[in-house]
Amino acid sequence: MLQYIIKRILYMIPTLLVISMVSFIIIQLPPGDYLDTLIATMASQGESVNYEAMRALEDRYGLGQPIYVQYYKWISNIILRGDFGQSFTWNKAVSEIIWDRLLLTFVLSLASLLFVWVVAFPVGIYSAVKQYSVGDYIATFLGFIGLATPNFMIALILMYIAFKVFNQSVGGLFSPEYIDAAWSWARVGDLLAHLWIPVIIIGTAGTAGLIRIMRANLLDELKKPYVTTARAKGVSETRLLFKYPVRTALNPFVSTVGWVLPELVSGEAIVAIVLSLPTTGPILLRALLQQDMYLAGSFIMMLSTLTVVGTLVSDLLLAWLDPRIRLE
Amino acid sequence: MTTDAPATLTPQTANPKFEETVSSVSVASQWQLMWWKFRRHKLAMAGGVVTIIIYLIALFTEFLSPWPGHVTISANHTYAPPQPLHLFLQTPEGTRFLPHVNGYKIEIDREALRRSFVVDEEAVVEVGFFVESWDYELLGLFPTNIHLIGPKNPAEPMYLLGADKQGRDLFSRLISGTRVSMSIGLVGVAVSFVLGILLGGISGFYGGTIDNIIQRVIEFIRSIPTIPLWMGLAAALPQTWSSLQIYFAITIILALRAWTGLARVVRGRFLSLRTEDFVLAARLDGSSELRTIWKHMVPSFFSHIIASLTLAVPGIILAETALSFLGLGLRPPVISWGVLLQEAQNIRTVATAPWLLIPGLAVVVAVLAMNFLGDGLRDAADPYNR
Repeated sequence: MLQYIIKRILYMIPTLLVISMVSFIIIQLPPGDYLDTLIATMASQGESVNYEAMRALEDRYGLGQPIYVQYYKWISNIILRGDFGQSFTWNKAVSEIIWDRLLLTFVLSLASLLFVWVVAFPVGIYSAVKQYSVGDYIATFLGFIGLATPNFMIALILMYIAFKVFNQSVGGLFSPEYIDAAWSWARVGDLLAHLWIPVIIIGTAGTAGLIRIMRANLLDELKKPYVTTARAKGVSETRLLFKYPVRTALNPFVSTVGWVLPELVSGEAIVAIVLSLPTTGPILLRALLQQDMYLAGSFIMMLSTLTVVGTLVSDLLLAWLDPRIRLE
Repeated sequence: MTTDAPATLTPQTANPKFEETVSSVSVASQWQLMWWKFRRHKLAMAGGVVTIIIYLIALFTEFLSPWPGHVTISANHTYAPPQPLHLFLQTPEGTRFLPHVNGYKIEIDREALRRSFVVDEEAVVEVGFFVESWDYELLGLFPTNIHLIGPKNPAEPMYLLGADKQGRDLFSRLISGTRVSMSIGLVGVAVSFVLGILLGGISGFYGGTIDNIIQRVIEFIRSIPTIPLWMGLAAALPQTWSSLQIYFAITIILALRAWTGLARVVRGRFLSLRTEDFVLAARLDGSSELRTIWKHMVPSFFSHIIASLTLAVPGIILAETALSFLGLGLRPPVISWGVLLQEAQNIRTVATAPWLLIPGLAVVVAVLAMNFLGDGLRDAADPYNR
């Protein structure tokens, strides 16, 4: 098992390296570099340009030097000093902005993942056991709608209903009094009270997909001879179901985290923009529109890293569940 | 396709036409078997019909829309609500056939100091079919000015699905958007098809190190959250580009991920076919590698490819909608469903003009239809597996 863990972690390193390169390329894509933008902004605001400070920045990020030097300076600043560069729209270090937001994105994605599991698991089992029942048809229908509706549409429709029927807004993750408050148990409680709406919206598509997978897996499993044998021997239906078929059907369920998680983080970004949640989505969009590239690139890199690490955890979980994988 | 096909592939012995049925099944071509199997899948048939209708709309956009999508019909009619189409007019003399919509009257909200339009039951705007209006070229070939529907007096505005902020007709815009949104799905799938079949084929046919590298690349692409990455790439497109350049750039960005799914299918097929007896036989008969692939292997999984292609289109449509909705995808004056939804981005607008969400309904219908169609095709692609 230890060998497997080490192997998987080593596999992850090239992936992370490529992610950092892609993020760096995205930072470099718009014409001009950080200094040009900064000077242009300062000039437009009528501030005098401090060339001394400019020189220091130029040196720090290796601007004007070959691209691989710039990349090396950028990535080593991040790894060694936690310095992600400067955001010129916020006028402070990127690292001061992103951590809080990434934490909330992480909490939201994790909560959505739990939601997806908690809903998809029983509904999937029900759909398979009671195949072609009314409940199965309803689940299948809702599943298809969930897959076909973009989640920002669901967010918009929910907001519209909340606005028209209950005359209140559903945006945000905190009540007004907690928005700028320091972290406390009361603030965590407030967060939990607001979390469920975005969680449902973000989780819908993933839930729909997982229900279908769970149903298909379990249906395959239930047709196998060992189930018939167990039934013939008089094992009770509940025990029969949970002792083996569900456990076997669960395997692909865990392995799908690999694609559910990127989907959730993606969905989170766009839903957060519609609901104006204080997570990464809205800031990322604004940073991209204003070409605040160090900020945008850092977000893209950290979101991707988060996803890859999440996938690693799910792979390790799977190996722990299923000896065939770790012994392969 | 023959119409006297058996209704089922599992004939009962009690069936008097048993002999005949069995013989027609056993001599039917593979495509025929697929068609029979596909036909039994009701939902997939419905999906197929809806998909065809949507593509016909995309083809005959100008004929179907009463106005050009980007033209402001009446600048006064900001957020005018939808006017339902009535076919019969009830008058004191009785009911007669007269297609019409009701006109508008203006109400002033004293509290909000805002003008708003309400549908006036009294006013009647006569609507005609096959009316003459603005000029266009049908299918890009035949110059004409006939439109399926429109007000008889072109000076009178008609908003079947309401108006947007600039008084443009949402109905016409929705139809114009159909062309762009549905075509971006096709073009995107075409690009991913080339990449997917090439890389997936290489991966599955040669195996070994190349396969390993390609698989790692695919895993890498699939492990990145798509929307943030797409946002990053789309935001980097130069502002100076023409809308056509943006269109193709966005297509390529979306295809950069979509090919991975196709490559997996192709690879899986290659791997399972490589060990089949007929491939070995072809090799032993001395057919070249390329001939083995094209003459023997590709035909046997071609149907699977078609099914996977169909299933890939909705993903691209959804992705384009999301990007354009954020303002990072296609840009006005190009009209797509996503661009239309962009106007419904904030809750104030949605509360004043909920009909701006209608393009979202179009997205749902199109995606559902193509998913059902694709599911049916996938089941039918393997007609021997019941």
